[in-house]
Amino acid sequence: MGRTDPPSATSQLLELYRAMRLVREAEERLGALFADGEIPGFIHLSIGQEAVSVGVAAALQQHDTLASNHRGHGHAIAKGLDLDRFFLEILGKRDGYCRGRGGSMHVADMTVGMLGANGIVGAGLPIAVGSALAHKLRRTGHIAVVFFGDGAMAEGVLHESLNLAQLWTLPVLFVCENNGWSEFTEAARQLATDPQRMAAAYSMRALQVDGNDVVAVAAAARMAVAQIRAGEGPCLLECKTRRVRGHYEGDAQKYRDAGDIATALRNDPLVRCEVQAIAAGAPQETIDAIKAEIADRVDAAVATARSGAPPAPVDAFADVYSPTHELPS
Amino acid sequence: MSEVRFGQAINRALIDAMTADPSVILLGEDVARPGGPFGVTRGLLDKFGPERVRDTPISEAAITGAAVGAAMTGLRPIVEIMFMDFVTLTMDALVNQAAKARFMFGGQSSVPMVVRMPHGGGINAGPQHSQCLEAWLAHVPGLKVVCPATVADAYSLTRAAIVDDDPVIVIEHKALYAAKGELADSPTATPIGRARIAREGRDATIVTYGAMVSVALAAAVELAQDGVEADVIDLRSLQPWDEATVLASLTRTHRLIICHEAVEAFGIGAEIAARMADVGFDELDAPIVRVGAPFMPPPFAKTLEDWYRPDAAKIVAAVKKTMS
Ligand SMILES: Cc1ncc(C[n+]2csc(CCOP(=O)(O)OP(=O)(O)O)c2C)c(N)n1
Ligand SMILES: [Mg+2]
Repeated sequence: MGRTDPPSATSQLLELYRAMRLVREAEERLGALFADGEIPGFIHLSIGQEAVSVGVAAALQQHDTLASNHRGHGHAIAKGLDLDRFFLEILGKRDGYCRGRGGSMHVADMTVGMLGANGIVGAGLPIAVGSALAHKLRRTGHIAVVFFGDGAMAEGVLHESLNLAQLWTLPVLFVCENNGWSEFTEAARQLATDPQRMAAAYSMRALQVDGNDVVAVAAAARMAVAQIRAGEGPCLLECKTRRVRGHYEGDAQKYRDAGDIATALRNDPLVRCEVQAIAAGAPQETIDAIKAEIADRVDAAVATARSGAPPAPVDAFADVYSPTHELPS
Repeated sequence: MSEVRFGQAINRALIDAMTADPSVILLGEDVARPGGPFGVTRGLLDKFGPERVRDTPISEAAITGAAVGAAMTGLRPIVEIMFMDFVTLTMDALVNQAAKARFMFGGQSSVPMVVRMPHGGGINAGPQHSQCLEAWLAHVPGLKVVCPATVADAYSLTRAAIVDDDPVIVIEHKALYAAKGELADSPTATPIGRARIAREGRDATIVTYGAMVSVALAAAVELAQDGVEADVIDLRSLQPWDEATVLASLTRTHRLIICHEAVEAFGIGAEIAARMADVGFDELDAPIVRVGAPFMPPPFAKTLEDWYRPDAAKIVAAVKKTMS
C-alpha cells in the first residue's frame, strides 16, 4: 500500500464509519428484500439511528451482554453478529441464528452476549437487569446493556427495572433511543416527563447526547461504561435521534409531516461521520473503499441467505424444551 | 427418615440445592430477612448470605424478567411469588421470554429458572389470594409445571425443578405448608413428568394433584366402605403430565374421574379428559367426570369457601356417577 497509517483519531472515525456503514447497508438491503416479498412478516429499520447502536457498541467488550428491542438490527450487527446467519434468520432459513423460528424481532447470538431482540416493548430491561446481576454475582467484570425506545418509558416494567438496578447498584447501561415516535404517536403525547427526569427519580446517573453524532455517543458510552465497570452502578444514556423510515417497512407515515422526515434526513449520522473523517484527514478513496467493501460483504450475505434451505417442521420440536438429562442423586 | 413439615421439606431442598450449586440464587419479596411470608426460606440468608438470598422490591414483573436474564447469564435463579394470584404480573417474563427463549433463539440458550408460588384456598384469603391458575401456565409451550402433594415430593420436585435446564413453575398449596410427612435422610430429586399411584384400586381412576390428593384418598376410603376400590393417581407434574400412567390405570378400571381445586372449566381436567377420550376411548365404560370449583372467583367467607372447594363427598358422588 505504501501509505502511512492515518492518525488514531482518523482511524477511530473510520472504524465507527465502517460499523455504521455495515448497519446501513444491511438495513437498506433488508428494506429492498422486504419490498420484493423475500422477507416474511414485518421489519423495523433503524436507518438514521445507526450512531446509537454503533457508538454504544464501541464502548463494549465481546462478553458484555446486550438486550435489544424490535428495532434491533443495528444493535445486533454492531455487537458483532455474523452477517450470513443474520440474513439467513431474517429470510426465515434453517441455518439462521434462530433456525428460522425467530426472524427480525428475535435475532440473538449468545456467543457475543447478544441476548436477543425482543418483540415486547420494555421487556429487554428486566432481562438486562438480571444479566447484570449475574455479572455482578459471578464477578465476570462484564456489564449488561439494554436498548429501548422512548415508547418503552411508559411501560411499568421499565420503572421496576430502573428502581431495582439502582437499588442493587447493578452494572447495567440503559440506552434510551429517543427517536421521538412510538409507532404513529409522538413521544410528547405519551410521556408526562422525559427520560432524564425519570432517571433522576430513581437517583440514577443520566446522560443526554446527540444520538446522530457517533463520536459523541461513543464518548458518552465510554464514560458511562467505565463508571459502571468500576462498580458505580447503572446509568441511563439518552440518545436523541430521529426515525427516518416508517415504524415498519410499508408504513406510509401519513401521520407525520414531511418536514420532520426531511430534518431527519439532513441530520444523517453517516454523512456527518464522513464529513468529520474527511475533515480529520481521511482520504475520500478510503471512504469509498469502505463503502465498496461493505456492499460486497452484504451482497455475499444476502446471496448466502437466499440460497439457504428452509427449516423443516420436524426439527422445530427439538428446542421447545432442553434435552432431558440425568437427575443428580 | 424423619417427620417434617411440607414447608420445611422445601426449605431443605433449597438448602441442598444451594449447597450443591453456587449458581443457585433466591429472589423474592420478604424471602431473606423475614424468611418468607410462609417461612419457607427461613435461615437461608444466614447460610448463604445477602448476595444469594435477596429481598426484592414489590416488582414481580422485573424480578421474574431479571431471573430470565440471570438464567441466560449463568445463574440458576429461584423466584418466589408470594401468592400465585400475583403471577398475572409476571406473565410477560414467563410466557413471552422464559418459555420461548430456547425455541425462539434456535436452541442457543436455556433458561434454567424456577418460580415458586403458592396457590389454593383453605385460609379464607379471598378472591385475589386463593386462585389456582396452573392451567394458564401448563398451556404455554416451553414451561414446565409441577405441583407436589406430599412432603417427599415437596423436596424431590423442588430439587428436580432447580436442576432442570428449562423454566419450571413449582406450585405449592398454601394449606399444605404445615402438613407433616416423612422425608428420607438423604432425599433425592424425582423426575419431572412421572405420576405416583397414591392408592391402588380396580374400579375407578381418580386423577388429581396437590392438596386434592389427600381429599381424593379420603374419598377412596369412603368408597371402599361401599366396596368400590379407587385408583388414586397423584400427577405431581402437570406439564408434562404422565399420560401413560393415567391410561394404564384407565385400562384397569375403565372409569375416570379428574379432580382439581381450580375451576372445572378449561382446566387441567379438561385436557386429561380430552386426551383419554381420544387414546382411551375403547377403555371407557362411562363418561369421564370432572370435579372442580364452580365457575366463579374463590369466595372469602368460610361457609362460601368450604362450599366452593371440592371435598371428599363431591369426589365420592362423581365416582358413583360413573358406576351408575
Ligand atoms: C408490550 C407491547 N405493546 C405494544 C407493542 C406494539 N409496538 C411495537 S413497537 C411500538 C412502539 C415502540 O416505540 P419506541 O419504544 O419508542 O421504539 P421505536 O419503535 O421508536 O424504535 C409499539 C407500540 C409491543 N410490541 N409490545
Ligand atoms: Mg421511539
